[in-house]
Amino acid sequence: MDRRAGGGETIMATSEVVHAHAGPQGFIRKYIFSLDHKVIGIQYFFLALTAVWVGMFLSLLMRIHLIWPQVNLPIVGHIQPETYLSLLTMHGTIMVFFVLTTAPQGGFGNYFLPIQIGAPDMAFPVLNMLSFWTTFVAFVVMLAAFFVTGGAPLHGWTGYPPLSAVQSTGPGEGLGADLWITSIAIFCAASLMGALNFITTTLDLRAKGMTLMRMPLTVWSWFITAILGLLAFGVLLSAGILLLMDRNLGTSFFVPVIVVNGQLMGHKGGSPLLWQHLFWFFGHPEVYIAILPGMGVTSQILSTFARKPIFGYRAMVYAMLGIGFLGFMVWGHHMFMSGMSPYSAFAFSLLTMAIGVPSAIKTFNWLGTLYKGRIRFYTPMLFAVGFVSLFVSGGLSGPFLAQPTLDIPLHDTYFVVGHFHLIMGVAAIFGIFAATYYWFPKMFGRMMNEGLGKAHFWLTFIGTYAIFMPMHYLGMAGHPRRYSQLTEVAYLHNLIPLQTFMTYAAFITIGAQFIFVINLFWSMLKGPKAADNPWDATTVEWTTATPPPHDNFGGQTPVIHNGPYEYGVPGAARDFVMQTDPAVGAAH
Amino acid sequence: MGLALLAVIWLITFVSTYFFIWHPWWLPAGVSASAAAIDHQFVTTYILMGIVFVLAQCSLGLFAWQYRDRGSSAPPVDYSHGNTTMEIVWTVLTGVLFVGLNLMGSKIWAAERFEPAQASAVPVEVTGMQFAWYFRYPGPDGKFGITNPKLMDPSAGSEAAIGLDTSDPAAKDDVVTGTMFLPVNRQVDFTLRAVDVIHSFFIPNMRFKQDAVPGLAIHMHVTPTQIGDYEIACAELCGLGHYKMHGMVKVVSQEDFDKWIAAREAEKQ
Amino acid sequence: MSTLAPNFAVKDPKARDAGGGAPPSFGGGGDGNGGGGNGAFNYGERLRRARLGLVLGLTAVIMLFVGFTSALLVRKGLPSFDAQTNTYSRDWVPINLPWVLLFVNTAVLLVSSLTMEFARRAITRKAALAPVKSIPGVSLGDERGFPWLGTTVILGMGFLAGQLLVWRILHEHRFFVNTGPSSSFAYLLFATHAVHLAGGVIALMYAAAASWMLHKPIEAQRIVVDIAAWYWHFMALLWIYIVVLLMIVR
Repeated sequence: MDRRAGGGETIMATSEVVHAHAGPQGFIRKYIFSLDHKVIGIQYFFLALTAVWVGMFLSLLMRIHLIWPQVNLPIVGHIQPETYLSLLTMHGTIMVFFVLTTAPQGGFGNYFLPIQIGAPDMAFPVLNMLSFWTTFVAFVVMLAAFFVTGGAPLHGWTGYPPLSAVQSTGPGEGLGADLWITSIAIFCAASLMGALNFITTTLDLRAKGMTLMRMPLTVWSWFITAILGLLAFGVLLSAGILLLMDRNLGTSFFVPVIVVNGQLMGHKGGSPLLWQHLFWFFGHPEVYIAILPGMGVTSQILSTFARKPIFGYRAMVYAMLGIGFLGFMVWGHHMFMSGMSPYSAFAFSLLTMAIGVPSAIKTFNWLGTLYKGRIRFYTPMLFAVGFVSLFVSGGLSGPFLAQPTLDIPLHDTYFVVGHFHLIMGVAAIFGIFAATYYWFPKMFGRMMNEGLGKAHFWLTFIGTYAIFMPMHYLGMAGHPRRYSQLTEVAYLHNLIPLQTFMTYAAFITIGAQFIFVINLFWSMLKGPKAADNPWDATTVEWTTATPPPHDNFGGQTPVIHNGPYEYGVPGAARDFVMQTDPAVGAAH
Repeated sequence: MGLALLAVIWLITFVSTYFFIWHPWWLPAGVSASAAAIDHQFVTTYILMGIVFVLAQCSLGLFAWQYRDRGSSAPPVDYSHGNTTMEIVWTVLTGVLFVGLNLMGSKIWAAERFEPAQASAVPVEVTGMQFAWYFRYPGPDGKFGITNPKLMDPSAGSEAAIGLDTSDPAAKDDVVTGTMFLPVNRQVDFTLRAVDVIHSFFIPNMRFKQDAVPGLAIHMHVTPTQIGDYEIACAELCGLGHYKMHGMVKVVSQEDFDKWIAAREAEKQ
Repeated sequence: MSTLAPNFAVKDPKARDAGGGAPPSFGGGGDGNGGGGNGAFNYGERLRRARLGLVLGLTAVIMLFVGFTSALLVRKGLPSFDAQTNTYSRDWVPINLPWVLLFVNTAVLLVSSLTMEFARRAITRKAALAPVKSIPGVSLGDERGFPWLGTTVILGMGFLAGQLLVWRILHEHRFFVNTGPSSSFAYLLFATHAVHLAGGVIALMYAAAASWMLHKPIEAQRIVVDIAAWYWHFMALLWIYIVVLLMIVR
């Protein structure tokens, strides 16, 4: 695979070719329509930051409505049950697409993948720019759904038809729903462009000596995520097109004969389950698209701050490949209660349980990395440890839901909400936080404040557990998800105190995020200047200037001699050997 | 900082586990034939996952504290790239654990979903619509009359809501109600239908859940084992009234059931 | 090429020496083109990379059609419950496609694929000769070949026009997009293919424009034509797939 090891000529040419575009001149070319992967990465980062605040604000409104349904809020006013469902739909969609997919891959992946493999830029810089601006358009279209007649759709982020396919099924299912689907279709196109670029860059632009098995685990995670995206988003796009046709052209892909409010619709013969199959064929890999980069970043940070090589590098790579591969064969576990053939549930269940194995390998290897290390507790490390803890907690509720038998009482209850929030929501967000604290010095040339960072960590860590752990109790008690009020069903009354506790926990956790933003912007302007390698880390991005020059290495091209995590090497001058240092010998 | 991590991770672990063991919030009392087996599988999974949870979290906290950077006095780090034997061991162990759990549970699933309802089962058709459940009993002839989407009128309720075609002789004795009555200890053969969007028929006490999907008539069976009133909830997002789409199932003795159905038939005449 | 240092100079990462960083503005500074002074672009590298990108892009297109195909098979095979008869029934009515016209269109597209291939080969030859031509004093004469690219564009547009005709005929036979699942899928597949093919036509026009308006060097032009050609061949293949699919699953 190591065709790069061949000779210097190729590498030189690479940097020439990629930077064939003119050096950035003027504000617009430099910061708006920039072709520089670093600027695009930062653009993605800020897009995700905006989106996460929107998404978080929506969740706050939901939590308030659940506990005080009658309250009259300033500006927002009185939240109706249908508004609650719109908030829920938009919260889920924005978080999944514009935060969990955008920040780790589009943001950090864009910025650091080329640098970590010693490339001067992405393989196709113009495509990279287009990908960002397409994502931006998708986000604007998504937000526009709030402001049209009827408001945002109420069909949930999974958009099950016929609810999502017929205009009269509820408020928000008119133009709002069309905008929602259009936005997702645009997002698909953007993600496909991004995925194509990531894969080509990883395969074709690695520096001399950067064999596949010397790539940092972050690069592996972005690479695998890109492959998942390439295969999954096309299918979602196809489903979105079919849904738009059902809504606007009167076709019947997903809609059988239905009567809404006594009104016979013109559809005939369609299959609502068809949408679920197509959606989850995308939807399950999407879960790994959200979490894999977090796994990569956690591995990188645990090793760096434990001052120890990562435990079982190859196993980590194979585990990620295994998770990605199996991820395409388990979509049916979202559909055990859907009316799908009960026989197929067997296969889906077994394959789903099989995913537990590579996930467990990763957890054990993270623990193995800490074992007998020399841990330095800077903020990124705290978030990485938090990631492992959340990954374990969220992961262990998986084997419940993966069994169709136990899915009978637990499906579509708060148990599921707790499960996926811990593992693909909060754990992935912890991965993003860890990455932010870890790479901020390289991206902005300054250090973030440690004190504020630690305060942010403790409040967020305890706060998120306080919000999402009780959801498992609610789910066991049979609390269905997506209920805007707990007043109607009698057995839910007992659960109101727990819901109230969660709302208070949400206030505190969301409050803690202000610490993060203040720290972020204050440090950007006033933080102490960062050295080139403030964490004594080994990967290639720490060899170049801070922040890196336009072509990443100032005309030089790095040559790689070592694996990515050579810490605590016996007999070395320092306790770490960088990837570009002379070889440490045949240690592995 | 290592000690703080140890303390907080352990605290979170023990508080969560405490609530899981003390279980003030738990599965509601099981009142169907399959509830015991499902609960057993649940508890087994629960204990196994609980052990893994406590072990993993505790060692995470412990390692964070024990292997913190103690300055120059600390022993050198263990320069190791892993241990293949150990990796194989835990890969095999987790594989066995997960696959074993899965196989254990699959028998219950097969009993629930592969076998058709007994011939003696009480047939009940459940129809979900925004935002109510309707229950139909076929009457003495044991046959459900045909329904016609063109006749559906939700505002009129009951028969008209599900579009019962009264010109069909089989429909004459069909009973449609908003509250479901079931005889105790007898299997029920549900036919689940939905007229507008997907709903999900969820009776927590009976450990029963199944989506009702437009364009499908899904057969499911359950055997209630205890007399009493139990709540039905909708578990699939179905629109703005999703939270209030609930119903009641009254499990009564066979005698009371027969009396009740006879009274409904009498009302129809 | 000696510009590459055998060992990359590592800056002292001893770290935390204050003031060591560049200005905090991102993306600034830096000499984008490297200092080598050896400005020749490596077009071979670039072509290979572009082809890899194309293969990945086509993978995404394939996944889109995988989605459509599985939807088609499921939609055809899965019956729907009919409340009025208390039975499951299928509502698939086979569609009458204007096969003759479709075969003519197919032929046009296949011929265009052929002309595209000639265009690709012509420009490959030209690009290979370019370095020789640039040697002062060497003259190979101006090769003015057949305008294969233009022919392909015209044939491509002809195909699209033919598809429009198919569309009109279907309308005349009262097969509308919402008539039944078979006609829905036929319109869907035709339209999606047409959109992709129109993209190819635009790419070809860009390739043509690149030569005489944008003054791109022949090697850069060749990359555009090469990628467009493979894309075009893929479109022909995709079209055959669609036709065969609609023949089997009517």
